[in-house]
Amino acid sequence: MVVESTPGFETQDLLINVGPQHPSTHGVFRMVLEVDGEIVKDLVPHIGYLHRGAEKLCENNDFRQGVGYMDRTEYLASHNAELSYVMAVEALAELEVPERAQWIRMILCELNRLSSHFMFLGAFGVDVGVFGTPFIYAWREREAIIDLFEEISGDRMMYAYFRAGGLAWEVPGNFEERVREVLVSTRQGMKDFDNLLTRNEIFLARTKNVGIISAEDAVELGMSGPTLRASGVSLDIRKAEPYMYYDQIDFDVPVGTNGDVFDRYLVRLKEMEQSVHIIEQCLARLDDGPIMPERMPRMLRLPEDQEIYVRTEAPRGEYGIYLVSKGGNKPWRLKVRSACLSNLQALKKMSVGQYVADAIIILGSIDIVLSEVDR
Amino acid sequence: MRGIVKSLATTMSTFIRGPVTRGYPSKHRELPERDRAFPLLLWDKDIDEPFCTGCHACERACPVECMTVLMKDNPSHESQDGNSKRRKIVDEFWIDYGRCMRCNICVEVCNFEAIAMNNTWSGHETSVYDRSDLVMDLPQLMAQSKSDEIQEWVAD
Ligand code: SF4
Ligand code: SF4
Repeated sequence: MVVESTPGFETQDLLINVGPQHPSTHGVFRMVLEVDGEIVKDLVPHIGYLHRGAEKLCENNDFRQGVGYMDRTEYLASHNAELSYVMAVEALAELEVPERAQWIRMILCELNRLSSHFMFLGAFGVDVGVFGTPFIYAWREREAIIDLFEEISGDRMMYAYFRAGGLAWEVPGNFEERVREVLVSTRQGMKDFDNLLTRNEIFLARTKNVGIISAEDAVELGMSGPTLRASGVSLDIRKAEPYMYYDQIDFDVPVGTNGDVFDRYLVRLKEMEQSVHIIEQCLARLDDGPIMPERMPRMLRLPEDQEIYVRTEAPRGEYGIYLVSKGGNKPWRLKVRSACLSNLQALKKMSVGQYVADAIIILGSIDIVLSEVDR
Repeated sequence: MRGIVKSLATTMSTFIRGPVTRGYPSKHRELPERDRAFPLLLWDKDIDEPFCTGCHACERACPVECMTVLMKDNPSHESQDGNSKRRKIVDEFWIDYGRCMRCNICVEVCNFEAIAMNNTWSGHETSVYDRSDLVMDLPQLMAQSKSDEIQEWVAD
């Protein structure tokens, strides 16, 4: 497109390719920017570089094997991804999950939300240009949580710890003590971030009133999670449709006002405080008991001609599983509703009219995980 | 300006905190006992043969189909004047570490507690120059249990 400026003087829009291996992008993501000077006029996201056919693979795997693939769809919050999957299977199989298993699941999911948000804070700091400082601080706190996960499940990222019916094995004896320890360092980390970024004038200048999306647009685009709540829509599935024991827990849903990049940062930081609060309440309610229902069949089979959609609040928004069963020990169809894919749709709306440098921050503020987008 | 000063103060305060970095690879941190690297076969020291009977249960349950098991009649079974109660025993066993997704399912399904996840550093540091070197055969899978290098952890 040719834009006329001074008579007799022609300017031309420039196409810039960002990614798929650009260090500032999150995962293998490519976007093509059309820029006029420094202003973004159009943005076309290209996804699919990380497509592995996880849904189809799950259709060839039984319900225990499928858990491992769920980990890999959402590798920064694997517990949350596993949760949706096992909840869908449990609902169809009409399994009653023991209380202890539910509380442990809640603790692990909230811890995973913390570790995932730390990851966001760190990566976002780098996007904004604060170089390594916040990234390394975030890593330090995340490491404590990941170490705990390793002590429980044996793996640092792909936990494969939830099973339809409960948990794969009992948590170690010092579980409560260790969670409390981790919460102390997490609190300190959150305070550090608050001091480091929230009122830092340079940070504010870069993030305030950048990449605004209105509440109406956010809802229209099907956004969810902190990215939606930053626009002022108070929708949290943990509150709106409580699953597990979230209805017995007292917590707030932080919402933003502006829907800009700064709000998306702040909502996440505030959400972490709530997560710590939730974990403390869960620890107080944790009791001895079984972690698997009695009389579990060796091979779980689902009834014929049933379908279900289960959604949970993952760190990035609504992580849903649509499961169709035609009997047998495998799903007939499995669909993952990815929060990141829907959130990513807003990228164009947020970025058009902004500076090129801000497009990277805006992408960072959506906090996408490409393996979840592409599956 | 005050915000920047405050954030600098946060950075400064870390000067008096201890370091959190670990000197990998010259120093290895201690791994928790549940740590899951790749699966290994276990050696029955009392009878001097593998625990594995070659029953194929793990092979069938593996999500990525990275295991191959062959079974044979046990030459040291009681009926052959041996001291073993295992009528059948593993003949050949391959696990392709390049495909294994370390899900622990093989350990869960084994009825003979014959397989365990490697919870030592040797299981994590497996870089090779050729991908085919990651296909482990029976002696390789058995070596660490034979020499008592791993203390296996199996969930009950
Ligand atoms: S490791 Fe266990 S499950 Fe696998 S073949 Fe041997 S005995 Fe059977
Ligand atoms: S850990 Fe999982 S993927 Fe690896 S060999 Fe065992 S069952 Fe297969």
